[in-house]
Parts: sequence; structure tokens; C-alpha cells
Amino acid sequence: MMGFSTWDILRDLILATRWTLLLSLGAFLGGFVVGLIVLFLCVQHRVYIAHLARGYIELFQSTPLLMQLFLAFFTPALFGFNVPAWVAAWMALTLWTSAFLADIWRGCAEALPPGQWEAGASLGLSYVELMRYIILPQALRIATAPTVGFMVQVIKGTALTSIIGFVELSKAGTAITNATFEPFTVYGLVALIYFALCFPIAMGSRWLERRLNAAHLAH
Amino acid sequence: MPLISLTNLHKSYGQNEVLKGISLDIEPGEVIALIGKSGSGKSTLLRCINGLESFQEGSILVAGTSVMDSPNQLRLLRQKIGMIFQQFNLFPHLTVGRNVMLAPTVVKKTRQGEAEALAREMLDRVGLEQKFDAYPGQLSGGQQQRVAIARALAMQPLALLCDEITSALDPELVNEVLAVVRDLARQGMTLVMVTHEMRFAREVCHRLVFMHQGRLHESGPPEQVFNAPTTAELQQFLGMQ
Repeated sequence: MMGFSTWDILRDLILATRWTLLLSLGAFLGGFVVGLIVLFLCVQHRVYIAHLARGYIELFQSTPLLMQLFLAFFTPALFGFNVPAWVAAWMALTLWTSAFLADIWRGCAEALPPGQWEAGASLGLSYVELMRYIILPQALRIATAPTVGFMVQVIKGTALTSIIGFVELSKAGTAITNATFEPFTVYGLVALIYFALCFPIAMGSRWLERRLNAAHLAH
Repeated sequence: MPLISLTNLHKSYGQNEVLKGISLDIEPGEVIALIGKSGSGKSTLLRCINGLESFQEGSILVAGTSVMDSPNQLRLLRQKIGMIFQQFNLFPHLTVGRNVMLAPTVVKKTRQGEAEALAREMLDRVGLEQKFDAYPGQLSGGQQQRVAIARALAMQPLALLCDEITSALDPELVNEVLAVVRDLARQGMTLVMVTHEMRFAREVCHRLVFMHQGRLHESGPPEQVFNAPTTAELQQFLGMQ
């Protein structure tokens, strides 16, 4: 029987980490774009559309990500479509991320005094111009740190996609454990790799928070 | 023909009727102060004129454009009517110059160089040309309010609405703002102001309008309103000042 050295295990895990990273990045980018759209729908004045956008956010925030993954994977099959695991994983994570990001940003946009909206409106700016020149530049500054911080949640969220058969870091860990019978070494290394990915991002988020807040106060 | 014409304006928040049938015509070049106790509806009335508040009944015409028309009409109307707020509401992420240039460049599509010249001219008019590159947070309250006036003037409005523009200022900063408003009045700008500065209102206004419980209770030239108030409510209000 072929033996596995710790080095072999680590190498295989790091190779699988590529997929964790790729999925995280894809979900984050997708979530960013969709989240921006949801945000726009959320803070505009047609009440029923705003309610719809709020409902979207609540729906994804109030159900487990795991269920969302199952639904994204199995629902298309009902209609005769066979969706590959990575597509289902990416779609589910994108929607999940968009809901949380839209909610973070909505909070930031609403943190601005209503006088900012009124001043812009009374100068004759349209809704889109108001958002573009007055609200978003200020809201995004407040939102940068929590947005970067949320990336940590996305990376950890990708671990759940192993359950629908997407081979990323966690799934690779399980497979290697089944072959080596060394769960402690394997899962210990898996955890360390997640930590190595997430910790610098969390630190970066905290650094941004200090830096952007300080810049804001200096105004 | 009046520049601003309010006819039988009604507004309520739920059960609470705050404007109970207001009719008021404002001529070009006229300087008007809305006075009255807090809660009498004067700020609400002012905010209705440029559509920041909606209303249930009646009509508002500004230079022939109705406030109730489409969002596009409302935007056009807002370009003709400037507003100055109690809390200044400058954009803190933009320099003073950019604050003034924003609406001309974005809304009127004025070219950058032209807009900058215009902004410098307007800032000069309020005595703050040298603060062009400063951020609002680096200015005193009085200076911020003067920038807000320059920002409104840069759209070359037909009238300015002033909503208690000195109420958030320290007493020693009030005069520099009032001096700017006084100049504007002299130059023939149409001004509608909500104010508690009775001495100032008496000095610069052509007409004072006293509001009481959502109605226009009494109005007239300053001498008449101050020296010969006819209603008990106005007498009581002036007695409190």
C-alpha cells in the first residue's frame, strides 16, 4: 500500500485550496454585482420594489446556506437540467453573498444624514446622480471595512459546498482522511489553511476600519 | 405674474393636519419671512415649495411649473429654486469648490473650466474664495452656511428658500450669514425665509407672514405687523420675542 507523508497531504490540500479560492472570489464578485443591484432597489422610493428587495435579503439571511446549496443543486434537476456542482455552488454563494452585502451597504447608506439626500435633490440631481455623486462615495467609505471583513464569511461558507460534491479544501480533506486514516493531521492542516486565508483578511479589514475612520474624522 | 403661487394647500401627517388651506403669491424680487411658533407649519410649507414634502390637496406653481408634475418636471423646478438648510448639508467628502461645482456640472452639464470659474465667483460673493480647496469639516458653521449659499447660487436660481439658516449657528457666527442674505435681498433675489431673527426680518423683508396652527393668520409689511398686529395670536407671539 502506498504511504502518505505529511508533506503529500499538505501538497494535495494546497492544490484543492485553489478551488476554494476560485469559488470564494467568484462568489464575492458575483455577490458584489448582484448586491449592488439589490441595494439600488432597496433604497429607492417606489415602496413595493423596496419591499421586494428587503424580502430578498431576509430570505437569504434567514435560511441556512446549506439549504440554499441543496436547493440550487437539486431544483434544476426537477426541470431536467443537470447542473454541475461548481455552478450550483457558485450560484448559491453568489446570491447568499449579495443578500448580506446589500444589507451591509443599506445600513451604511442609511447611516448618512437625510440632509444629504435633501441637499442633492433640491439642487436638481436625479436619483441616479444623487447615488453616484453623493450617497455611494460616502457610504462605500463606511462600507469598505465590513465588506472586506465579509470575505472571511464567504471563504468559510465555501466549505459547505463539499456537501453537494464540489471538491474544494474541505472535500479534499475528507477524501484524504478516507485514504490515510489520519483525521487529526488532515483536518488540522485544513483548519490551518483556512486560518492562513482568513486571518490576513480580517486584519486587513480592521486596518481599513481604523484608516478610513481616521480620514473621515480629519475632514 | 407671481413667481411662486400656492393655492389652497393642504397637508397632513396621518390624522394630523399641519397645513390647512394655504394660499400665497410671491412676486419676483420679493423678500418674505414666514414667522410663527414651532409647529405652526412654516418649515413644512417651505419644504412643499420645492417638493421635499408632498401635499394632499391644492397646488403649487413655480414660474409656471407645477410641483406635482412628473419627477422630471420637479427636477427642472428644483433647478430654478435654491434651498438653504438649517444644518448646512454640505457634502463632506467633497472640497468646498467641488460642492459648488457639482450641480452645475452634473445637472446643467456646464463644462469643468466654466463651472470652476462660476464656483469661484459665487464663493467670492460670500467672501470664501480662498477656501476653494478646503473640506467642509475644516470650516466654521458660519463659513459652511455661506458655502451652502454659494452652492445654491451657482445654479442661478430664480428664488432661494431659507429654512432657519442661522438656527444651528453660534451667536457670534449669525451675522456673517445674515450679511450675505442682506446683500442678496438688495440685489433683488427672491427670498422666502423661515426665521426667528425678528430684527433681521423687520429690516430686510417686504412682507411678513405669520403662521398659526397651519394657517396664514396675518400678514403685511413689517411696520404693520410689528407696530399694529391685529390678532391676539400675533400680539402674543410678538410679545414672546
